[in-house]
Amino acid sequence: MILPRITIILALAAIVLYFSAYKVEQWERAIVFQFREIKETDIGPGLHFKIPFVNSVQKFETRLLNLDKEAQRFLTAEKKDVLVDYYIKWRISNVKEFYTATSGDIFTANNLMEQRINRALRDEFGARTVQEVVAGERTEILKIVTSTTSNLQDELGITVVDVRTKRIDLPEEVSSSVYARMRAERERVAKDFRARGSEAAERIRANADREREVILATAYRDAETVRGEGDAQATEIYASAFGKNEEFYSFYRSLNAYQNSFSNSNNILLLEPDSEFFRYFNKPKGR
Amino acid sequence: MGWNETPGGGKGKDPWGNRGNGEGPPDLDEIVRKMQQGIGGIFGGRSSGSGSNGSSFVWLLIVLAFVIWLVIDMAHIIDEQERGIVLRFGEYQTTLQPGLKFRFPRPIERVLIVNVGRVRSVTHNATMLTQDENIVDVELAVQWRIKDPQAYRFNVYGPDATLHQATESAVREVIGKSELDFVLTEGRSQLAQSQQRLIQQIMDDYNTGILILGVETQPAKPPEQVKAAFDDAIKAREDEQRLVNEAEAYRNDIIPKARGGAARLREEANAYKAGVIAKAEGEANRFEKLLTEYERAPAVTRERLYIDAIESVLSNTSKVLLDTEGNNNLMYIPIDRILEDARTGKNKNQSSSANSGEYKPKEPSGSGSGSGVTPYSDRTRGTR
Repeated sequence: MILPRITIILALAAIVLYFSAYKVEQWERAIVFQFREIKETDIGPGLHFKIPFVNSVQKFETRLLNLDKEAQRFLTAEKKDVLVDYYIKWRISNVKEFYTATSGDIFTANNLMEQRINRALRDEFGARTVQEVVAGERTEILKIVTSTTSNLQDELGITVVDVRTKRIDLPEEVSSSVYARMRAERERVAKDFRARGSEAAERIRANADREREVILATAYRDAETVRGEGDAQATEIYASAFGKNEEFYSFYRSLNAYQNSFSNSNNILLLEPDSEFFRYFNKPKGR
Repeated sequence: MGWNETPGGGKGKDPWGNRGNGEGPPDLDEIVRKMQQGIGGIFGGRSSGSGSNGSSFVWLLIVLAFVIWLVIDMAHIIDEQERGIVLRFGEYQTTLQPGLKFRFPRPIERVLIVNVGRVRSVTHNATMLTQDENIVDVELAVQWRIKDPQAYRFNVYGPDATLHQATESAVREVIGKSELDFVLTEGRSQLAQSQQRLIQQIMDDYNTGILILGVETQPAKPPEQVKAAFDDAIKAREDEQRLVNEAEAYRNDIIPKARGGAARLREEANAYKAGVIAKAEGEANRFEKLLTEYERAPAVTRERLYIDAIESVLSNTSKVLLDTEGNNNLMYIPIDRILEDARTGKNKNQSSSANSGEYKPKEPSGSGSGSGVTPYSDRTRGTR
């Protein structure tokens, strides 16, 4: 009659154990309440016990949590709209504070945190130009964000680990004008290339033309010099030869000239037969 | 008549009326008793005597099944590329290396298997702003694996999604710090490197236990909307080269031709010089020879030369001899007729018109005349 009793006791013990034992995972922290009053906090991983119905347990993530909202429009210093998509990495650093402030609801915490960080970022973007925002030093933005969120630690028991922008885009209507500018910019580059090409080509052509002129002119100069030398030498030869008897030379040259001048048969000579040539023409005996 | 009236019309209208008979359907009491025996057998309790053999067999089966389940639940086969994280009541105990391992069964210990060997890949493509406010399409793949299984499981909620976020953010940041031309052209490998460094740094900051093995970037592209303009700019670069090449071709065409022309000019001048000197020498020699003879007998020679010359002149030309001294009569001379006759007879006389083989040095037109037209100007016009 002992065995059934043991069975019943064991069963009861199992039931009590089931309701009184709880486990906390490696990535969790737990709070134990006693009639909704926090009795023990920051309970680490492992197996723990509580008094059923008197105590209740709530567990909290200690892992890095993620807050990623839709992209939002921010206004920059030059009054341009930019679409900014950012995410926040945060974790629950103080379980007690976190529970008191949000009753442990991550969704509520997200909303509260997002509002603050959003405002901080909005201020930050409003003080910068698009270019500064896009190329901006990350550490700077992070510093500002952490300074504005440092009191989140005390108020909500939250530590913001990182805020990063995933996208910074211009809205549709602005992007089209950016595209137009990019096109114009490329056209400028293209024109520049072509103009440079024409410039270089013209330079080469002109240079070639100049070179040709110089080559030909030099050649012409040399040729004329050579011709002049030839003429001079010829003149010297003539002079030295003809100078030996100038009177005979003029006679001889004249005769040659007559012959050359009248070598063409299209000439008509009207002659009176009283020249030296016709000395015997009318008077066979001479004068 | 009631609905339950039987056609037999017996004494009792109760449909269960014949229950009172000793025989009939099996006794309920007996069934209950048998069940009690069976249950008692399970609890090892009150069972006495009959039926205990069958219930202990069932018992054995249940124990066997429980043991098999225990063994299955306690044995963990860890693949070479995997590690097993052991949690005892949720608390981390140890990390299992590959092989067959036994741990406590389910309610006590739990093993999370993490694949640390496999190289995984995250791809990301997006359109983003560069530092000079241009827009560029970027596409890349990040290869990664788990370096630290505990960190991977314990530190970050959703490590894979976190990696994707970090990738987006790092790419945007790196591109946002670069100018468009750099992104599109020479900066590719450099950007990939700094992206990898940045993603790894973010992963380490979050302590995700993820190791970035590499970032493969596709060449960044200008967005579709401006692609034509970009292509044209590339074409323009080629055009620049083409124009220069064409000019070079022109140069290579005209310079050798000019050199050739120059050589011709020089050769012609040399020819002229040689010719003119030779002619002068020839004429001078002829004259000197003649002079020698003339000086021996001047009068006769002079007479002969004169008559020879006049004879040659008169024999070649048409002539009219006017012996009209002191005569005032008007004469009609048909000059045009005479010229026509001379022209028709020209062919016959041609051979004789070549006079004494006189040589003239060839001279290009206009040379030495000092006129404005230079001899090569025709040629320059021709090649242009």
